[in-house]
Amino acid sequence: MTELDTDRLTWIYRQMVRIREFEERVKRTFEDHPGVIRGHTHLADGAEASIVGSLAAMEPGDQLTATYRCHGYPIALGTPTTSIMAEIYGRADGLCGGYGGSMHLVDPERGFLATSGIVGQGIPHATGAAMAAQLDQAGRVVLCFFGDGASKQGAFHESLNLAAVWKLPVVFIMENNDYNVGTRSDQEDANAAVGEPLATKAKAYSIPGVTVDGGDPLAVHGAVQTAVDRARTGDGPSLIESKVYRLSAHGNLIAPPGVPLHYEEHEAIRVFGNREEYEAARRGDPNPRFRRHLVEGGTLTTEQADEIATEARDEMQAAVDFALSSPLPAPERALDHVYA
Amino acid sequence: MSHELPYIVAIMEGLAEEMARDPKVIYYGQDVAPNDDHDLVKAFGRDRIRVSPISETAEIGMAVGAALAGYRPVVELLMSEFMLVAMNQVVNEGSRFRQMSGGRVKVPLVLKSGYGFTAGWSGQHTGTIYGMFTGVPGLKVVVPATPADAKGLMTTAIRDDNPVVYLLHYLLTLVPGEVPDGEHAVPFGVADVRREGTDVTIVAIGYEVGQALEAAETLAGEGISAEVIDPRTLAPLDLDTILSSVAKTGRLVLVDQSTRHGSFSSRIAADVAEYGFGYLKSPIKQVTALDATVAYSEPMEQYVLPNPAKIVDAVKQVLGSAPVPA
Repeated sequence: MTELDTDRLTWIYRQMVRIREFEERVKRTFEDHPGVIRGHTHLADGAEASIVGSLAAMEPGDQLTATYRCHGYPIALGTPTTSIMAEIYGRADGLCGGYGGSMHLVDPERGFLATSGIVGQGIPHATGAAMAAQLDQAGRVVLCFFGDGASKQGAFHESLNLAAVWKLPVVFIMENNDYNVGTRSDQEDANAAVGEPLATKAKAYSIPGVTVDGGDPLAVHGAVQTAVDRARTGDGPSLIESKVYRLSAHGNLIAPPGVPLHYEEHEAIRVFGNREEYEAARRGDPNPRFRRHLVEGGTLTTEQADEIATEARDEMQAAVDFALSSPLPAPERALDHVYA
Repeated sequence: MSHELPYIVAIMEGLAEEMARDPKVIYYGQDVAPNDDHDLVKAFGRDRIRVSPISETAEIGMAVGAALAGYRPVVELLMSEFMLVAMNQVVNEGSRFRQMSGGRVKVPLVLKSGYGFTAGWSGQHTGTIYGMFTGVPGLKVVVPATPADAKGLMTTAIRDDNPVVYLLHYLLTLVPGEVPDGEHAVPFGVADVRREGTDVTIVAIGYEVGQALEAAETLAGEGISAEVIDPRTLAPLDLDTILSSVAKTGRLVLVDQSTRHGSFSSRIAADVAEYGFGYLKSPIKQVTALDATVAYSEPMEQYVLPNPAKIVDAVKQVLGSAPVPA
């Protein structure tokens, strides 16, 4: 495994903290500024280590696609959080001008090509971008992020088969949070039902499949780096199952107009009454865990770690302030960009 | 100068010329050139000409991804019903990405597919289902009726920066026609007045253009002058040419192989009723397939389809020279 230097380790931690702070500000918006966020948001809290550990294996020019749970990636890629928050608030200065909202962030200049709000449907997009990378012979690799639920979609199986047959430079990264909204994986996944990892599915396509602790950014980075190297040298795709625990509910309450939106308790509690499962996940929160690792290992001092937290708080306060002050788009702009 | 080509050869000539012109054009699909001796493979190589598994969701979704990454994929989908397997990728992904990104991305791709194979293919391979793709913002839909348009619309579809559903009619596959020499691009959204006339406007789509021209010839023999318009592209639709013609003739017959309540002609009828009502001297008449799954056995198959006799009859009805059935 590649040894990461202090700058890189610090970068990883900083991005994890920034994503957490951003997501907490999104969540708080429902209370602080009711009505500002519409529709459905999905938070990455709990998955920061997996996201950043994965992106740390990217080289300039590499690309990625993701799902509707998509705030974390552009934050780590360097997309201004002001423009991401403004997009989630539906403002004219939003990353996508208010056309896409929380579920459809993209930033092609930073390699973030696409998100799909339909489960599993982004997997072939990444696979197609990998076909383009193969055709360009530029050594580009595409990271494809999706959830455990998506692995029951035909799009997943068709894409893995095709990527394997054509040896496409793509890394399939399944963030397995063990829940399809409120349904547990062992209720709907053949591997999980018999206690096997979901990475077992890779065997059907004769490609490497590994399961990794998604709460450990270094473990994730190691697994993704191995897969990226394999993809870059022309040996084809890999499947990585990154085990994460989402610390919020699937999304904010799905409710008809008139009902204030908010986040209910995690499905472990709300659906299954299993508070201990959730509390255990909280105790194992990857962010403080990695902070301890860095401080105890001497990579960061407590003061430096605190400073990172303070900077993230200031940055996300500024993002909220910017988004609130950004104007709503002119209604007639709704007809722009239908066609290129 | 021009040369004669069958419809299907004209399509492939357009594709091959664009592949030669632009290295970013790629072509793949089920059973596309599995043998390396295929002319396209010899001309453009195995990387740009690929044979894919039977995986429509991946095939179309990958076209979206490749387009986002700078390519112009043409996906061979053989029969339009195969797109139904992957309908989300056709109407709800690439077609929306341009706008949902606020104009930050573009998705140039072509979904090439045949339709309307009413030659004994029974209920699942005979549909005329463009009505499922039209009306989707961000998606373009083209329906060439002649070899020249087949080539010219393929050229334009590949060069267009948006997803295009390119629908070729299976009954036209081997029909020959003159195709202009050299580069030939037919603009989208420009209807072709295939026959000028003064008494009635017939707007016919795809294969029905030929049926309408046959009907117009019959009508001419009876002293009735029919104007025949081929929209060539349904999205975008050249409504202006249709309205101008209706302003001249005052009468409109629409011919569409789709089942009546999934037809595109009903949308043209609605637009003309809304924007051209004052021009009309009699009610609009539609000649469509009847609302049934196309039967295998020939008499039943043909019974539900438009034909020149039905078109002639419809024209006489709008002209008031035939009884209007209750």
